[in-house]
Amino acid sequence: MTPAQAPSPGAASVSARGWGWRHAGRKAFAARHLDLDLRAGERVLLLGASGAGKSTVLHGLAGLLGSQDEGEQEGALLLDGIRPADARGRAGLVLQDPETQVVLARVGDEVAFAAENLAVPREEIWQRVHRALDDVGLDLPLDHPTTALSGGQKQRLALAAVLAMEPGLLLLDEPTANLDPDGVLEVRDAVVRVLDRTGATLVVVEHRVAVWADVVDRVIVLDAAGGVLADGAPGAVLGQEGTRARLAEAGVWVPGRPPAVGGPVPGGGGEVLLSARDLTVARTKRGPAAVEHLALDVRAGQALSVTGPNGAGKSTAALTLGGLLRPRAGRLEASPELAGAAGTDPFRWRSAQLVQRIGTVFQEPEHQFLTPSVGEELAFGPRRVGGTADPRRTGEIAERLRLTHLLGANPFTLSGGEKRRLSVATMLATAPRILVLDEPTFGQDALTWAELVTLLRELIEDGVAVVSVTHDADFIAALGGATLHVAGGAGRLVSP
Amino acid sequence: MSGDHLTPVLTGRTLLRANPVSKLFAAVVITLALLASIDWVSAAVVLGCELALMPLLGISVVGLARRIWPLLVAALLGAYGTALLAEKTGGVLLDVGPFLFTEGSVAAGIAVGLRGLALALPGIFILLTTDPTDLADALAQKLHLPHRFVLGALASLRLVGLLVEQWEMLGLARHARGIGSDGSLVARTRNLLGQSFGLIVQAIRRATRLATAMEARGFGGGTRTWARTSTFTALDVGVAGVGLVIAAGATTAAVLAGTWNFILS
Repeated sequence: MTPAQAPSPGAASVSARGWGWRHAGRKAFAARHLDLDLRAGERVLLLGASGAGKSTVLHGLAGLLGSQDEGEQEGALLLDGIRPADARGRAGLVLQDPETQVVLARVGDEVAFAAENLAVPREEIWQRVHRALDDVGLDLPLDHPTTALSGGQKQRLALAAVLAMEPGLLLLDEPTANLDPDGVLEVRDAVVRVLDRTGATLVVVEHRVAVWADVVDRVIVLDAAGGVLADGAPGAVLGQEGTRARLAEAGVWVPGRPPAVGGPVPGGGGEVLLSARDLTVARTKRGPAAVEHLALDVRAGQALSVTGPNGAGKSTAALTLGGLLRPRAGRLEASPELAGAAGTDPFRWRSAQLVQRIGTVFQEPEHQFLTPSVGEELAFGPRRVGGTADPRRTGEIAERLRLTHLLGANPFTLSGGEKRRLSVATMLATAPRILVLDEPTFGQDALTWAELVTLLRELIEDGVAVVSVTHDADFIAALGGATLHVAGGAGRLVSP
Repeated sequence: MSGDHLTPVLTGRTLLRANPVSKLFAAVVITLALLASIDWVSAAVVLGCELALMPLLGISVVGLARRIWPLLVAALLGAYGTALLAEKTGGVLLDVGPFLFTEGSVAAGIAVGLRGLALALPGIFILLTTDPTDLADALAQKLHLPHRFVLGALASLRLVGLLVEQWEMLGLARHARGIGSDGSLVARTRNLLGQSFGLIVQAIRRATRLATAMEARGFGGGTRTWARTSTFTALDVGVAGVGLVIAAGATTAAVLAGTWNFILS
């Protein structure tokens, strides 16, 4: 709990009266029946199940939902008593993905951009830029390239970029979901520092309650059916057993209430499927090496978690193990058991050979969707391999990943959790011995998380080797097995 | 992986300080002079001047050749093709089967090859010595192009670099799904089309997200200030002047040499 603070004169207040928004082309309202008052200077954590409309509320407050062709509005949503779209610069929004928010090439210009858009006089822009960078603790030259920042630094830059507008309302949409644990704290602490100085009102959306519970003074839970499920001080809302249970049911990470996962933590592994010796991995042919001199074995029926800070080369290592990137140096060898009729070098396998042996699930499920329906996605791999797909087997997989009711749906229209399940299912369809997953728990709510862990445990039990890139300590603990810590270009293996 | 395949490594300190508008002016004047006449003298003079200015780029000849070799190949092909097909005037130089080269056709070929190179180099000078952000500032502040258009183009330029990265990622992701770049020509072509479509989908999503981020920072209003001032200095007078001198020199030399061949006459 934070001490009650006198609201600064610049802080914005919010009121919603029966507010709702339906995106054009959708039948259901994304948010509805919302009645809410936020005092100036309040710090609010906004919770709710996936699809409860949390992001829609933030976008509404940021003034990004406006014109008639974008959708239909009912009721009223007001910022300081006026429509958010008419209050340009009063609300500053930071989005989830650090990669997709950077507009310009240099740090100073990036921060100046918003102030320029609000027609702030030039001398004042640079004062604001320096203050904003100070506030978020980014001690970098103004001409530092924005591409050379870590994930946490990029999010702090995004925060500084909206601070340059001197907003009265700070809106954060899962700002730490894609960050490593250090990055999470980095960003959270920067936000607290900023609020302490500016006294701005805060609304933050986040699945992981523990990160924000101590720094907000109000928690509001949206009901997926519309309206508000719970509203009050963090202790009151999160301490009430009924609310806690309902939150957990809605997929919110409630502190002290880990999601229920099926099956035991998998034990030691079986035979070696893939072995790396003195392996150096690199993303591109000529670019720098990401991790050098790796030595490890991927074993049947065992998890291997690759962990380390953002940008340490975890994904590069995993994609190389997955036979997708050419090793820069050293040896990566498939055992005869895994290789079968193919050669021992996974990078040289043809696509159809690869999918029968190693399945790689990318961080963005959409990168791997190839057909217009879920059913066809599942049949695609088997058809590539054998010409036909056994409907019984694809049916089983659909059943197991709860996709049966979606077989006719277009993959791009699925929810985040469903997309993740489908991307795993498509890989399982060709029954690979090794499954590689890149950040499978990024931005997932607790329900999807538990589902995924349960499924992976079953797969490991069945003898599949599961290699995951992750910074999720709970996930690593839940899967057991070996852990590869990657940092500073080197890897350190901790075996079970 | 670098997200900056298309963000050039900038070189050439002096030209880097010049305003992009003056560099554009010089390039346009030289281009107009080259386009006005198809003859080898004006092209050779321009190319000679450009090569003489090379030290300003602060890049070695080898380094430059590595970056622009496709242009060199194109110029050579253009020259060869013209020499082969142009009107056969003057004495015969080579006559083997269908290959007939005469003095006239070879001169035309050389003119086309030199001209191609001479036309391309000003663009290379600008690309190597101009920061895209400075260019956007100059276009909006000095040439008063609409800021929405200029900044939109600047942001999309950055996205183009990211698309190269996305293309590679999509290739890997599809290989992992069982469609790689193997199989028959038909299969490969289909794969390429599929991957291109995937890239378009990703590009649209990416652009939409970036547009949201820009809008959330107040982009799109009527008036706007500029954090950086785009200024003209004595250097810019020099850059524009050199452009004019090269254009005038090339034209004069061609007229004096009697090779001037105005395209509209």
